[in-house]
Amino acid sequence: MNTFFQTLIVGLRLGSIYALVALGYTMVYGIIRLINFAHGDFIMVGGYTMIFVMPLMLRLGLPAWLGVLAAIVVCALVGMGTELIAYRPVRRKGTNMTALITAIAMSLFLENLAQAIPAIGPNPKVSSQIFGNGGFKLGTVTMEYTTVITLVISGIVMLVLYAFTQRTRLGRAMRCVSEDKAAATLMGINVNSTILLTFGIGSGLAAIAALMYMAQYPKVYTTMGALLGLKAFVSAVLGGIGIIPGAMLGGIVIGLVESFTTSYISSSMADTFVFLILIVVLIIKPAGILGKNVGEKV
Amino acid sequence: MAEERVPVLETRKLGISFGGLKAVTDFNIQIFPGELVGLIGPNGAGKTTVFNLLTGVYAPTEGTVLLNGKPLNGKKTYQFVEAGIARTFQNIRLFKEMSVIENVKVACTKDLHYGLFSASLRTPKFWKTEKELTEKAMSLLEICNLADVAELPAASLPYGRQRKLEIARALATDMKVLLLDEPAAGMNPTETAELLTCINTIRDRFGIAILLIEHDMSLVMNVCERIQVLDYGQTIAAGSPAEVAANPSVIAAYLGE
Repeated sequence: MNTFFQTLIVGLRLGSIYALVALGYTMVYGIIRLINFAHGDFIMVGGYTMIFVMPLMLRLGLPAWLGVLAAIVVCALVGMGTELIAYRPVRRKGTNMTALITAIAMSLFLENLAQAIPAIGPNPKVSSQIFGNGGFKLGTVTMEYTTVITLVISGIVMLVLYAFTQRTRLGRAMRCVSEDKAAATLMGINVNSTILLTFGIGSGLAAIAALMYMAQYPKVYTTMGALLGLKAFVSAVLGGIGIIPGAMLGGIVIGLVESFTTSYISSSMADTFVFLILIVVLIIKPAGILGKNVGEKV
Repeated sequence: MAEERVPVLETRKLGISFGGLKAVTDFNIQIFPGELVGLIGPNGAGKTTVFNLLTGVYAPTEGTVLLNGKPLNGKKTYQFVEAGIARTFQNIRLFKEMSVIENVKVACTKDLHYGLFSASLRTPKFWKTEKELTEKAMSLLEICNLADVAELPAASLPYGRQRKLEIARALATDMKVLLLDEPAAGMNPTETAELLTCINTIRDRFGIAILLIEHDMSLVMNVCERIQVLDYGQTIAAGSPAEVAANPSVIAAYLGE
């Protein structure tokens, strides 16, 4: 029973990291129907930003995790820059497929650019301790502080984001642009700046995910976003891509599947099961758990 | 008599070509505040193209659109809306997933002055503006008789009420000129009559200018003070409903020679 709860908590922690990244995929997909393959690499950008900023924070006597603020800003800028320089021109001239290929190219570009920068290089860097060590006992289950903080922060971030999209002017504008760009622009909504904002928010979330990830696995390397991003993408598809609560749900499900497979079957099978789940869901419910299967109108 | 009034909307030699096809040529119109002008013509005459030119969806290949005497050349569509031109669509294009009141709120872009900062921190300013916004949206829904369904999803409304919601949404942009693209299309006579009341209320209450595309001749002849007739992208007649109805070239365009 003890193993079960421990596994459950690890799964929730992992899942909330996936969920944060999946939100970035889903928000961008929702608004411009583009799978932003470079999104996983924004985690790497956030990770390295913190590697460089955290020693600075510690020297100033501030907690290391405050480095995430710098990472959010840098990630948001990189995300918006990617949209401005790479995606927007392609979207104007090309098709959805051109944009998709551009996204894959952006991903490879960011990974290789990072390797080419001397201060980063191809070798992994180890981060300093982010949150305090240790934890407390809840019955027989050990709760690490890192886990508690990860769960709390991601919970808050998701609630704020959901309220933002439902309750605010910019959130409403985002939903309008996602539903009908032409009608949105005729209601006085600046579609391009709304898309830019979406990229900024989505990429900022990747920075928060990077913080959570590094708190658990304190190692940063240039391709760290590849598999993490892929699993988050699977989460987004699983929950129903383009649907914000879907990304949260999908992330948690994938995290749980991974941790339970690791605990009860085999750690080497964890990724196999994650992708198996994706295949099964796509066969049974192609639109994802929360997605609506809409028949083509004729 | 020297006419001092400035038309709220004016076009000068407005035209657009798609490749070799001249969809609209030499389109001139002047609309004054509080006026209701009809734009009619057979199918494919270029009426909707004119609307797309007037809202910046298409960039004109010749001529200018002026709002209160100021040219709008080179502006983006959302800037046309900011300047004060709003429209409804021939085919309903509501945000279907959103509630009725949200559809109106999204269009109130001009009333909102809180930024991302106040919105994420939920400052008192945010709540105050949101509250004012809700009140404004409700009052617009009341004018269009939609207050009772404010919280329902837009897609669940019957057709006639969806049309009215489009008008309420356009009103929320605080426009000076309202362009209505076939508002009575597909409506039954009762719905059309209700719509007519709604349009008249709006005009009297807000003092705005309305340009109306419509196929329903009884509606056009009843409510419009002036009518302009398009055929093959050219203005073939303009004047009062009676003058236009008696114009031989209009009759020819509609019925064939």
